[in-house]
Amino acid sequence: MWGSTLLGYVGIDTIIEQMRKKTMKTGFDFNIMVVGQSGLGKSTLVNTLFKSQVSRRSSGWSRDDKIPKTVEIKSVSHVIEEGGVKMKLTVIDTPGFGDQINNENCWEPISKYINEQYEKFLKEEVNIARKKRIPDTRVHCCLYFISPTGHSLRQLDVEFMKHLGRAVNIIPVIAKADTLTPEEKTEFKQRVRKELEVCGIEFYPQKEFDEDMEDKSDNDKIREAMPFAVVGSDKEYQVNGKRVLGRKTAWGIVEVENPNHCEFSLLRDFLIRSHLQDLKEVTHNIHYETYRAKRLNDNGGLHPISSSSDTQESNL
Amino acid sequence: CHSLDVTFMGNRLIDSLVAALMYLAGLSMLSMSRLCFFFHQQGQFTNPETPGYVGFANLPNQVHRKSVKKGFEFTLMVVGESGLGKSTLINSLFLTDLYPERVIPGAAEKIERTVQIEASTVEIEERGVKLRLTVVDTPGYGDAINSQDCFSTIIAYIDDQFERYLHDESGLNRRHIVDNRVHCCFYFISPLGHGLKPLDVQFMKAIHNKVNVVPVIAKADTLTLKERERLKRRILDEIDEHGIKIYHLPDAESDEDEDFKEQTRILKTSIPFAVVGSNQQIEAKGKKVRGRLYPWGVVEVENPEHNDFLKLRTMLITHMQDLQEVTQDLHYENFRSERLKRGGRLSSHGYILPLSPAKGPDPEEMDKDMILQEKEAELRRMQEMIAKMQAQMQKQGDGEGDGPHV
Repeated sequence: MWGSTLLGYVGIDTIIEQMRKKTMKTGFDFNIMVVGQSGLGKSTLVNTLFKSQVSRRSSGWSRDDKIPKTVEIKSVSHVIEEGGVKMKLTVIDTPGFGDQINNENCWEPISKYINEQYEKFLKEEVNIARKKRIPDTRVHCCLYFISPTGHSLRQLDVEFMKHLGRAVNIIPVIAKADTLTPEEKTEFKQRVRKELEVCGIEFYPQKEFDEDMEDKSDNDKIREAMPFAVVGSDKEYQVNGKRVLGRKTAWGIVEVENPNHCEFSLLRDFLIRSHLQDLKEVTHNIHYETYRAKRLNDNGGLHPISSSSDTQESNL
Repeated sequence: CHSLDVTFMGNRLIDSLVAALMYLAGLSMLSMSRLCFFFHQQGQFTNPETPGYVGFANLPNQVHRKSVKKGFEFTLMVVGESGLGKSTLINSLFLTDLYPERVIPGAAEKIERTVQIEASTVEIEERGVKLRLTVVDTPGYGDAINSQDCFSTIIAYIDDQFERYLHDESGLNRRHIVDNRVHCCFYFISPLGHGLKPLDVQFMKAIHNKVNVVPVIAKADTLTLKERERLKRRILDEIDEHGIKIYHLPDAESDEDEDFKEQTRILKTSIPFAVVGSNQQIEAKGKKVRGRLYPWGVVEVENPEHNDFLKLRTMLITHMQDLQEVTQDLHYENFRSERLKRGGRLSSHGYILPLSPAKGPDPEEMDKDMILQEKEAELRRMQEMIAKMQAQMQKQGDGEGDGPHV
């Protein structure tokens, strides 16, 4: 029982409506990073998730798109609107990851980028005259694409998730899942989950951040079903009189949003429809705070910078 | 092929006899079947009633009988990252289970492993013809985070088989030379990428002068038809760009029938083959087919509209002979000449003595007389051995030994 009973209708519940109106007006930022070897359908999946061409041209690969020699970080922002709500979506791509012959430490540029965004935010926060809304470029979610070999995780997958699991929310997905039959998919998922457990890798939603029993039971269900085996597509076909997103092959059409075919809808509902805000909160309240605490401890305190002198270096 | 050693011998009568016997002994199955083919074309001597008929037109049948009795050997190497369906494809191609007790290692266990070479031999018999098939698997290839050195083991293996053959070929007793040389290498390319990966390019360039490379696009049911065509074109462009020499199917001879010519044309335009493997029987359209069952349909392995599996199998079976020949005439001879240039002269025991790398006079510069003398000594020893063997055979009575193996 929460607090005292009211004697009549006060109108406190309208605050939800007020918040909603406010959010609609201000809009919000969401930064999603995609990591995985080239050809795993990362761009296509992001385009499918947000039903817009937010990532670079997904169909085909132009002749000049060579695999870069080192991992690059490429970030592209779009403002998309739905139901009056504006979202500034930034997709951060990482071409070159895992594509070289020698991939040692290829996660370092990614780790560096993530920490740089935390640093940027920290610097703004510590300012004497702070901006009303600190621009948030921190990575809220990192989709990690697992190759659908059907065997197990690759060494590189394990190393990446181990190194970055504590700094950012990692959501592993099994890419191009139309290469696995239902039995192979189940077996592969089980093996992958077991391996993640054995290696001590915590993916989002992390067990330790469940706030209450309701959260825990919801999240448990999701964790049991992860990693989601997804298929992406930006082409539409006619199936049973409806137009659906899919992939057309000589033996049938793979329907992206059909839960019997793949788990794309599960991923989309989880990522966008229920946990979008939570991803941001965990990033802000937990990952960012961890970074901040470490920085404060390392330097024996942060000195605020006055806004007038941009050149004056602080002891950060 | 084996005539090189024979030319060293002198012109004496008994030497010529030995030479002839040695030549026939060394004549491989391959050249004999070429002979067969040649005789087949000469239609005019097939009728035994024709005046002037000698009867050697029967030779192809004799060779055929002997080769059926002897059987064929073929070594196929498969290379590719794990999870590309190599084992499934091999099992599908030969309709057998080459890996019955297989355990798939997890990522953590893979960390300590380097590339292994695992050879499995299976003897397949079909309509009386025996095939001794060796499949050389290379687990661990491309799995490590740093795959810089992952193919040195593979190259060492290929070279080792050549070395062994060279050693056997130069040895005294050449009756039972086992041919373990790699006749063909299926290189598995991932269908998930946008073409060849840096590792693919590096590996193929390192082995294209040692073995016949056949690139194969694995797990082709991941791709739509358009994606498949695009990927094939892209791979062919990259192969061209990097100067990779893949195995080229020989053009059909002009006297072949139209069907065969057409088949060869189709095969040539479908490279690299995009395949799907499976040994599971699925019910589709009322009949049982080998395939993969998805919620959205069934991929049939043996349906040419679904993938190139049948083409790959046809290519392998109809060109098994050619693959062996190219290995013998091109790759092995390359290896041999390189090796002998580097190495040194053949010793009296047929061993190739490596010269110290600092000095190393070319065999041509060495005293020709010395070589001749050595050869004569070797010959004398061989003659003595043959005489001894003959004496033994006489003692054991006829019908036991049948002389040098033809």
